[in-house]
Amino acid sequence: MILIGERINGLFKDVRKAIQEKDPKPIQELAIKQAEAGAHYLDVNTGPAVDNPAEVMDWLVEVVQEVVDIPLSIDAAKMDAIEAGLKVHKNGRPIINSTTAEAKMLERALTLTKEYNALLIGLAMNEKGVPKDANSRCAIAMEIIAVADEFGIPTSDLFIDPLILPVGVAQDHAPEVLETISQIKTLADPPPKTVIGLSNVSQKAKHRELINRIFLVMSMGVGLDAAIVDVNDKDLMDAMATAKILLNQEIYAESYLEMSRR
Amino acid sequence: MAIPVMKESWQSKVLEVVLGATPEKGGTRGKTITIGGESTLPYLLSEGDIPNRPQVAMEVWDIAPDNWEEQLMEPFADVIEDPAAWAQKCVEEFGADLVQLKLMSGDPEGEDAGPEDVEETVKKVLKAVDVPIIITGPGNEEKDNLLLPAAAEASRGENCLLGLAIEENYRTLAAACMANGHNIIATSPIDINLCKQVNILLSEMDVPKNRIVIDPTTGALGYGIEYTYSIMERIRLGALQADKMIAMPFLNFVGEEAWRTKEARESAQEGGDIRLGISWEILTAVNFIHAGSDLLVLRHPDSVKQIKEHIDVLMGS
Repeated sequence: MILIGERINGLFKDVRKAIQEKDPKPIQELAIKQAEAGAHYLDVNTGPAVDNPAEVMDWLVEVVQEVVDIPLSIDAAKMDAIEAGLKVHKNGRPIINSTTAEAKMLERALTLTKEYNALLIGLAMNEKGVPKDANSRCAIAMEIIAVADEFGIPTSDLFIDPLILPVGVAQDHAPEVLETISQIKTLADPPPKTVIGLSNVSQKAKHRELINRIFLVMSMGVGLDAAIVDVNDKDLMDAMATAKILLNQEIYAESYLEMSRR
Repeated sequence: MAIPVMKESWQSKVLEVVLGATPEKGGTRGKTITIGGESTLPYLLSEGDIPNRPQVAMEVWDIAPDNWEEQLMEPFADVIEDPAAWAQKCVEEFGADLVQLKLMSGDPEGEDAGPEDVEETVKKVLKAVDVPIIITGPGNEEKDNLLLPAAAEASRGENCLLGLAIEENYRTLAAACMANGHNIIATSPIDINLCKQVNILLSEMDVPKNRIVIDPTTGALGYGIEYTYSIMERIRLGALQADKMIAMPFLNFVGEEAWRTKEARESAQEGGDIRLGISWEILTAVNFIHAGSDLLVLRHPDSVKQIKEHIDVLMGS
């Protein structure tokens, strides 16, 4: 399971404040805390409330890289901001987070993927929005795979995000997302990886952590490869470690949980 | 139409463990030996590397064995009472890469030797040969916990391999290995889950992962060989799939198990044809080499010769 730490995101108040005050400390603390909890990548997102996203992204990436040496997932709505982050990224291969299947955006994203030897998250949506059912999601995923192939990007460098919506908003999406995760594996050989932004499933819900935890395990059961998560949610990490055992992805030992917590 | 050859690409590899320490590293060994490091299943060299050849050790007891048959004793007859000379013969004459010093004198039902006797033996053997050494106790928990720390201290800085750590008894040995700069043998009873558990327990005591060697417990030909084989196969697959807690190299006590079998024992008795016993040992060893063994402990010099030749062929050297 590839874990992408979600916390360095301007949507969180503490991060937004740090960005506004240009105070690296809270951000660096979050970076260290997530890396220590076992994140393989750290997502870095300026949040929507900044006037100069490219400049802020450059600063965020530099600040994070001062304290951790894991690669980053450069997360922005605008490709210019993503490119600003890619330019200063230095530890391993970055993830571009993300593009839709909309032609212009996808081409720009694939150009950057190639130029910066990055990995790419492709969202199963296009200019018309998020489709409702699994088949339409897969059709969009297939478009992304096909265009990536034209660019010479190996399918194994692609992550497809089927896009989970909040359960309190669009309850009927969750089963479709699970179906999408399992179908995506049949689209190409080698198949693309799958990723979800887990916390979105519980937006505005009362029992957020429980919902996150259950949905992560259900998604793992149908073959999920990666997730953008709160790696400091200990119950979530325990559930993940246990799911890995039950899916026979890791060998059981009596102290498997103690080991995964280390 | 040509059929494409499918190649597996693994995410990870077996950890490397270094045995022995030269003077630059604070020891007195003539050379160090590195085991492990495989990034492919055994000898599938088109899919990855096997950077280090399997190593062959020979058993040396600190007292004359009371349960070895006559013909098995023969090659060692002149040195059987002297572990230092015995070790020397194994290395110089029989070509052993390492020796396993078995502190059998400590057996409470036998001589019941104490820590001072053992310290002296360890020092003598270290002086007699310059290869890395493996040291194991008599296999009685209480005595092991008394003798192995003494042996660990007497060989301080030599980067030896000490055992056996088992789920029920590992703390004393782990502490002794850490304090004196040694590696540790993690033993489990042909059980992959327990194998991983012992490794986790050792890691929780802060034993570095690259200082652990897995002893999966060896079943001899006709006596459980297939169980050990399949456990080793599963462990190795786990290692290549990046399960770090089972990514350690393997040690197989082949001689001990092969010569315990009825067939081998009888062949080595007076009037028997020991070639059967030697074949038993060789076939058991070859099987485990093909299961990914990194270190094999053998008894008979003819087996050592044959197995080293087999390894030469496999490694293309």
